[in-house]
Amino acid sequence: MAEGAGPMVRAEDVHKSFGRHEVLKGVDLVVERGSVACILGPSGSGKSTFLRCINHLEKINAGRLAVDGVLVGYRERRGKLYELNDRQVASMRQDIGMVFQRFNLFAHLTAIENVMLAPMKVRQIAKAAARERARSLLDRVGLAGFEDRYPAMLSGGQQQRVAIARALAMDPKLMLFDEPTSALDPELVGEVLDVMRDLANEGMTMVVVTHEVGFAREVGDAVCFFDEGIVQEQGDPRTVLAAPSNPRFAAFLSSVLS
Amino acid sequence: MTQQAGSAGSEPTAPRQRPEAIRAVPVRHPGRWVTGAVLLLLVAMIVHTLVSRVPNPTGAKGEVWRFSWNEVGSYLFSPSIFPAAELTIWLTILAMGVGIVGGVIIGTMRLSANPLLKGIAFLYAWFFRGTPVLVQIFFWYNIASVYSSPVSIGIPFGHAFWFADPNKVITGFIAVSVLGLGLNEAAYMSEIVRAGLLSVDAGQIEAAQSLGMRRLLTLRRVVLPQAMRVIIPPTGNEVISMLKTTSLAGLAGMIELYGWSQAVATRTFQPIPPLITISLWYLFMTTVLSIGQYFVERHYRRGVAGQSPGTFTELWAMSIGRWGRADYAVAAAPATVEGRG
Repeated sequence: MAEGAGPMVRAEDVHKSFGRHEVLKGVDLVVERGSVACILGPSGSGKSTFLRCINHLEKINAGRLAVDGVLVGYRERRGKLYELNDRQVASMRQDIGMVFQRFNLFAHLTAIENVMLAPMKVRQIAKAAARERARSLLDRVGLAGFEDRYPAMLSGGQQQRVAIARALAMDPKLMLFDEPTSALDPELVGEVLDVMRDLANEGMTMVVVTHEVGFAREVGDAVCFFDEGIVQEQGDPRTVLAAPSNPRFAAFLSSVLS
Repeated sequence: MTQQAGSAGSEPTAPRQRPEAIRAVPVRHPGRWVTGAVLLLLVAMIVHTLVSRVPNPTGAKGEVWRFSWNEVGSYLFSPSIFPAAELTIWLTILAMGVGIVGGVIIGTMRLSANPLLKGIAFLYAWFFRGTPVLVQIFFWYNIASVYSSPVSIGIPFGHAFWFADPNKVITGFIAVSVLGLGLNEAAYMSEIVRAGLLSVDAGQIEAAQSLGMRRLLTLRRVVLPQAMRVIIPPTGNEVISMLKTTSLAGLAGMIELYGWSQAVATRTFQPIPPLITISLWYLFMTTVLSIGQYFVERHYRRGVAGQSPGTFTELWAMSIGRWGRADYAVAAAPATVEGRG
């Protein structure tokens, strides 16, 4: 399948094991271009692992996983799979932004240097241009004036917004969010969700692993419920969240919402 | 009870007065005074013997300093000591240069995914840390005796491109500094580098990878700069330690500071004055190095919360402590020190 057509992410019967422990037991999932897919599920259900497979931070053991019509981590020629090397994997990841639960900002760099690093060193953009772009991205996530702060001098919510700006600086076609608000104090969750909501409204394709059912209902175009390593239920958030057919999903929702 | 509750609810509560600051008789520490007095007495005895005079041992009239301060004074800036000090510095620079570069290579190899690189790095550290550095120095110093005929470099067991005479290539200086001290230091530095690399959170590497950064770029721009914070302080100690370890070169016949002192001692039959002289030189150089270490550490501590290194004098004050209280807040919060007066 050619780039630019078809779904952004297509997973078919994806399996992943750590040693003998199988975490993903056959995940089927499609994320349409320009849509927001929210993944819900109890801890240990494999939802974060699946997200990390999408940009090859984890290698899948079986099945097919493609982003924008291109296999993740492998190249297929004459029915044979070839593993991609370091350079090829890095080049694939440039177009997929990722935001982590624990922010993972580069601790030795200021906010603006965090945003500038990859465009300068990976995309070879001139320093002045990278700085200009980083400044406008930080402004966009509401952090104008915080350019020269080190991560340790920022609140969790501010750090996560810098992390989003850092990912956006590479102009990704797909953004992955791995529980972006789980490590935040409750009063800081809103500011990060606001930035994500704006991003979704601008048409960014997003896969969001989250516990924020409200966000999934309001912003998500699709919701899927992970449990025991497979997608137990998926569909339109308004219908699925209102009346889950899977009993475990119903139990999960009532425990999260109470 | 009910009356109180009622009045509190109806009338505006009066602003509470701040309670009086506690004025208590501080705990006495007689033990500190006793140990202090004993130590002071010992120090006074040492100072006394250092500045005491004895009858002239040559039989001439009058007295001389027990510790020959006149001779120390004349040696301290004598023309022959400067080249010796210079050689000490060069030995330190070369040995540490080889040690740091080698340590980064070996340390990175220890964390490699390639089991062969990992194994070789382990064997290297095992061998060079497991044998005394003095033995290694003499081994390299005498290595030419094993390779008396010219050594060739080329295809293994095949055609040679380049010939060299070990007796000319491995001079005493190279043998001692690069091979003896440097290779040994690389083994110790590799452990320091390894600890530094391991101290960087795995999330930092994942973040760099997710931005499309390749492995070497991630190592250079993300991991190493952060590992530096852990690597620099022990490396500073290694440099200071190396400056002193170069004195072993004197045993291999080099006229660095220790070699110089031995040459003077054999000439004058007085070992103590030159030893005191070079001790003062070593002290001066290690002091300069520790000041430099402070500034390098401060540079690499950027972006770490709650670890403001403070000024140099504050750190000095912290390490010395103050009479009667071990005040570790001095460096962390300089403002409160001023407030306390």
